[in-house]
Amino acid sequence: MSQDNKKVTVETTGHVWDDDLQELNNPLPRWWIWGFYITFGFALVYWLFYPAWPIGNTYTKGIPGLNNVTYVATKVDGTQETKTTHWNMRSKLMVEMNDLQAEQKPYVDKVASKSFEDVAKDPELMQFVNSAGKTLFATNCVPCHQAGGQGKVKFAPNLTDDYWQYGGTYENIQTTIVGGRHGVMPAFKTILNDAELTQVSNYVLSLSGEPHNADAAKLGDAIFHGDKAGCYACHGVDAKGNIAIGSANLTDKVWLWPDVLGAKTPEAKLNEVKTLIYGGMDKGVMPVWETRLKPEQIKLLTVYVHDSLGGGK
Amino acid sequence: MPDQAEKSLYQKHIPIVTRSVKGQFRTFKTAVMLLAYSVYFLLPWMPWARVSAASQAILFDLTTRRFFIFNLIVYPQDIFWLAMLLFIAAALLFFVTGLVGRAWCGYFCFQTLWSDMFIQIEHLIQGERPARLRLKNQNWNLEKILKIGASHALMILVSMWTAITFACYFSYAPTFVYHFFNGTGVAGGYFAVLVLTLLTYMAGGVAREQICLYACPYARFQSVMYEADTLAVTYDAKRGEGMKGRTIPIQGLKTQDERTLAGHGDCIDCGFCVQVCPTGIDIRNGLQYQCISCGLCIDACDNIMDSVGYPRGLIRYDSERNMASEVPEPPRVIWKRFKVIGYAVALLLMTGLLFYNIGTRSDTEVSVQQVRQPLYVMLSNGSLRNRYLIHIVNKTESDQIYTIDVDGISPRSLDMRFFKAVSIKAGKGLSVNASVNLSAEDASKVREFNFLITQASTQKVIKVETNFNSPREHD
Ligand code: SF4
Ligand code: SF4
Repeated sequence: MSQDNKKVTVETTGHVWDDDLQELNNPLPRWWIWGFYITFGFALVYWLFYPAWPIGNTYTKGIPGLNNVTYVATKVDGTQETKTTHWNMRSKLMVEMNDLQAEQKPYVDKVASKSFEDVAKDPELMQFVNSAGKTLFATNCVPCHQAGGQGKVKFAPNLTDDYWQYGGTYENIQTTIVGGRHGVMPAFKTILNDAELTQVSNYVLSLSGEPHNADAAKLGDAIFHGDKAGCYACHGVDAKGNIAIGSANLTDKVWLWPDVLGAKTPEAKLNEVKTLIYGGMDKGVMPVWETRLKPEQIKLLTVYVHDSLGGGK
Repeated sequence: MPDQAEKSLYQKHIPIVTRSVKGQFRTFKTAVMLLAYSVYFLLPWMPWARVSAASQAILFDLTTRRFFIFNLIVYPQDIFWLAMLLFIAAALLFFVTGLVGRAWCGYFCFQTLWSDMFIQIEHLIQGERPARLRLKNQNWNLEKILKIGASHALMILVSMWTAITFACYFSYAPTFVYHFFNGTGVAGGYFAVLVLTLLTYMAGGVAREQICLYACPYARFQSVMYEADTLAVTYDAKRGEGMKGRTIPIQGLKTQDERTLAGHGDCIDCGFCVQVCPTGIDIRNGLQYQCISCGLCIDACDNIMDSVGYPRGLIRYDSERNMASEVPEPPRVIWKRFKVIGYAVALLLMTGLLFYNIGTRSDTEVSVQQVRQPLYVMLSNGSLRNRYLIHIVNKTESDQIYTIDVDGISPRSLDMRFFKAVSIKAGKGLSVNASVNLSAEDASKVREFNFLITQASTQKVIKVETNFNSPREHD
């Protein structure tokens, strides 16, 4: 500075590169040095308030009681308890979760108190269902029904189409979630011989307009409605299934257990259906959710499946 | 002393005590300060009729996430306006710096304005430079305590009002101020005011030029925008030093002729230019990074030249090229340069774009997001369904009803459940689910269609193009 009336001589560290490139050794401003020392003081104070030094398997937790965090935790059995710990990231997360839950509560309560229809008619509530339902669905349903609820052939039904084996009304869906489902079809290998299996399979394919042998289908029709196999007992005389027992509608385009749409040739399609009738099916198991989800969560999921996934009736 | 200086790890900050000066640049600086302060301190108090928020012309409402600027409402979605604004600010800075150097620093920067303000407070209470220096060097007594205390108290008051004004931009000013002094304000408000008061006081009252020297990034990169033709505050060394250097006007060296004969230049080494400099440098050593281009040394020197009867302009705005030439011309702004024109073009383009964007923004914002998992669903009768999430933002100041239709496919293929028409509150957004079902035959023909969102009150229609997905040949 010129105002101090002193000649400024620039000091260097004595290092020279490329003939004339020198490293200046200018002193730092005093306030800067003080700022540096203050960070030491800050660190000391920090150690009193926060977890800091690792010692073997544990660590210093700051002065006990100086910087505590209190939160509400839900135990495995569903009961809640209030916990107080020294400051740490997990407890801070829990506090945040508590706050978020409190923020969500009015919406959850509204969903719980209104009828399904009224929830679906309320645009703001539906917005909540879209996002909260998505999370619930992702944590609980996605392993079987897939990320978008589109299901998987031979594994879990598609929830986004308009076909519901156990019914697609709000009440049907709720019942399904609450109590779970178990779909079974007996094996016909001891009841029908190979020719009969081929005939009845042709008949089944004919019902939804898939390629088939018309003569064989005619014979299959008789087997379907005959008492030896008794297919109609479960699938109905019109083959449209029965939502009370979850028997499939065979006249529509939706296939779950035999992959008819995925099979390329008529032979392969026939084979899909035939294999199923031959061996039966005992894999259609949906677990009981009543014991894992709260009633209001089941209600929210019901509306989500019905309206957000868009296939409800 | 040099020995000690070598060993010392830090450099003591020597407070700069400036002399006041009169002149055209001082007048300009004062005018800018008056204008800037009037705008800054009064703007939050300007009333403006509003329906859905406090009646304040400029209000940055963080809770509802809306920025009210007169009749314009800015939503978080408009964040790219901020990007454009920052670009414009940068281009303007480059443009001006390329032409006339650090004009921003010298006349407009907040740091300069508040430092200047606080220096004037010191001048008001403690007197002119010699009086302030005497006060600084004398032992602590009642006079020193009172004068120094009063200056700093006044600086803190100004800082506090600066901070409160800042907060008023984010909250309805009259109620904020009322609650603030009533003790019933929100904690965040007190905290903001405290932090901003401290920052203002520290930056303008204590650190001053140190901010420009050590903290400010502009100070460092503005120099790269200087070119040989850029006008900068310059000491005319040829004229000032002559052959034998500057010297004080002793007997026999009083008039210009006498000095020229003796080989001395016009600088009478009075030191005024150093005394008025807010960053405490000597401009006669040449252009330095500390110089904020405030022009006060020009004023100081011009006054001296007037009093000794030499022509003005020993220190003046001039370009490096002109100074180096054999016969310097009168300094002028040279704008026909590649960089300057480039900055100007960028500036005009972006400003035009921003205004166009603001001017053509619609009151409704619609985005349609297609559900991608699954891309399409086959229904039991073989027809295909695609689903969409339609997000509508109502940017008006009143509740609005919107109806949703389709164009390019049969209206019956759209299924909105209960939301064919939705009501959306002022300034809010809403997402609704939409399903579109097409027969297998139609689906094979349709790849694109439009959603039509109609604002019921104005019948204004917004068209959003979207896709319809179905299994295709190549799949
Ligand atoms: S150097 Fe930075 S802080 Fe100083 S006047 Fe210029 S822009 Fe402002
Ligand atoms: S040298 Fe002159 S123009 Fe530069 S900061 Fe000092 S007084 Fe201002």
